[in-house]
Amino acid sequence: MDVALTTKSSIGIKGKMIAKKNYKEKALMKKTLKMHEESLSRRKADEDVQEGAVPAYLLDRENTSRAKVLSNTIKQKRKERVGKWEVPLPKVRPVAEDEMFRVIRSGKRKTKQWKRMVTKATFVGPGFTRKPPKYERFIRPSGLRFTKAHVTHPELRCTFCLEIIGIKKNPNGPMYTSLGVMTRGTIIEVNVSELGLVTPAGKVVWGKYAQVTNNPENDGCINAVLLV
Amino acid sequence: METDGSESVICLLTDAEETPLGSAMYIPRNAGPLQLTNLVNTFLNNEEKLPYSFYVSDEELLVSVGTYMESNGVSVENVLKIVYRQQAVFRIRPVNRCSQTISGHVGEILCVSFSPDGKQLASGSGDTTVRLWDLNTETPMFTCRGHKDHVLAVAWSPDAKCLVSGDKDGKVCCWDPSKGELQGNPLSGHKKWINGIAWEPAHISYPSRRFVTCSKDGDARIWDFTLKKTLIVLSGHTQAVTCVKWGGDGTIYTGSQDSTIRMWEITQKGQGVLKHILTDHAGWVNSLGLSTEYVLRTGAFDHTRQQPSSDEEMKQIALERYIKAKGKVDSPERLVSGSDDFTIILWEPSISLQPKQKMVTTARLTGHQQLVNHVYFSPNGQWIASASFDKSVKLWDGVTGKFITAFRGHVNSVYQISWSADSRMLLSCSKDSTLKVWDIRTKSLKHDLPGHAAEVYAVDWSPDGEKVASGGADKVLKLWKG
Repeated sequence: MDVALTTKSSIGIKGKMIAKKNYKEKALMKKTLKMHEESLSRRKADEDVQEGAVPAYLLDRENTSRAKVLSNTIKQKRKERVGKWEVPLPKVRPVAEDEMFRVIRSGKRKTKQWKRMVTKATFVGPGFTRKPPKYERFIRPSGLRFTKAHVTHPELRCTFCLEIIGIKKNPNGPMYTSLGVMTRGTIIEVNVSELGLVTPAGKVVWGKYAQVTNNPENDGCINAVLLV
Repeated sequence: METDGSESVICLLTDAEETPLGSAMYIPRNAGPLQLTNLVNTFLNNEEKLPYSFYVSDEELLVSVGTYMESNGVSVENVLKIVYRQQAVFRIRPVNRCSQTISGHVGEILCVSFSPDGKQLASGSGDTTVRLWDLNTETPMFTCRGHKDHVLAVAWSPDAKCLVSGDKDGKVCCWDPSKGELQGNPLSGHKKWINGIAWEPAHISYPSRRFVTCSKDGDARIWDFTLKKTLIVLSGHTQAVTCVKWGGDGTIYTGSQDSTIRMWEITQKGQGVLKHILTDHAGWVNSLGLSTEYVLRTGAFDHTRQQPSSDEEMKQIALERYIKAKGKVDSPERLVSGSDDFTIILWEPSISLQPKQKMVTTARLTGHQQLVNHVYFSPNGQWIASASFDKSVKLWDGVTGKFITAFRGHVNSVYQISWSADSRMLLSCSKDSTLKVWDIRTKSLKHDLPGHAAEVYAVDWSPDGEKVASGGADKVLKLWKG
């Protein structure tokens, strides 16, 4: 009652200040009342339907994420039309030749220096036979030869240990591609028959490209990410 | 008689139940399946020439008798037993092309079902709608809204007049398929999602009124379509009930994740009573199949496509078809169950002194290397097909349970199978996004049907054999034709 009297009778700036303060309180009170009303009233549950529907026989089973394993043909066609492939590592630090090769001295007086030994991880293929040692210019030590790569699927987020089929391209140069050297950023082809992929035409996919993401000579294993 | 150049061979023709047709007779060496068919037709005094297939010691006879005996080294002096089996009179054309890819669903298609007369198609999806499709124009017809969660199961009544669907919330909706409208409200009762729906067979009650649904909450409920309410609750399972089937003699079979199968009966007073518990499995029971399942599903509709006028006639035809499908011996239907323990069990009712007939394991069908997802008897009850997550489909003999052959070709788990109405072809859909049609006679792949962009969850062959519908995670419905 007193508050009302003072509010009504005060004039000037004081009156305005009191009025403003009262208005603020009124607005706050209204808001809290409305909030309480909302929780009292029964709300029609309009919950959103979950994504990723599965049939009844798969509901109780834990499955890998339902993201599509295959990319559409449309996506592929678009990529091919552009001419460039999007790779996870577009730019890689270039590797110098003296880092890649070590000079091997040969001959009776160890003066001949035409032989080189590769210091990075390589892939040689199943039917590989060395050239006769006398004529072998590039030595690929068997300790640095790898046949399998740990390939991660970017959408499924799981890693498989897949066999390497071949080296597609080494960004450091065509010579390294032909030697089979695998450094960071190299595109390799891996055997994916384990994943059970099928093209829209019905053919079984057994080889896919992957890009090497680590430095295999430092780690002792090849980690790659699948290019989908 | 010398072995070379002898003209005839002693054979004894018997039918599937070992009753001989006449006595042992001399049959010329160059008699093949065609000549034997004529012989059987004349012996049985058939008015029309019915097709038969012949089996010698469980292997099908495809060449002439003489060549068979030479290649297998069977002595001419012994009587050769040839078992004849009637094949379906009609022949279904194998599907080999996708006639239409219809989009419409906004979510993954989870279940697909043709009506028993083959005229309508319903599909349930993750976008909470049930859609009805027009088969003549291959376009969408009705969109039935009413569910609030993914539609997991869809089932037509055997008289093709009612459609029922169950969703992930446990609600059941009844639809009028001619208008695509929801009849009444969504029926609640189940507390968790619905795994399967089965209708009462047409020969027991016509027009169809009652259906049973099974759910993850461990109960099976029997509902009345016209009253729109639960009649009986069959509780007893301790874990989710994964599949339910209503047998032709009125027994309801439910398979559950607690690895038991329960047989229920509805008494005269309208109560649901547990008859037996079958406990031979060691893992979740994923799927059940009955030898008369196809006939129960299609009711009075068959390949002759006749339209009987009255309800009584339909009931009578359904009853005749059911008796024929059971087999000549007065034995009730056989049950087959596929489970997570990688085995399948073929059950047969035991002939014991107990008044109630319990199912006893006839055979344990092992061989799968991963869980068995779906088991299905062929429409003539002769074969059992099983789909498993080990990428193979296996074929077993429907009476003895003996392994016949494995169909390999899929590169990922096989989800569901469907038979053609003449039991000559089998269709399987898989996680690798392809469908494959297998020929039973040659035991090999007939057609590969790629085209889906993602996993195929549901497949159905229409009972009139014209079309196949498939749907999956890529949200389009594909119709395939021969």
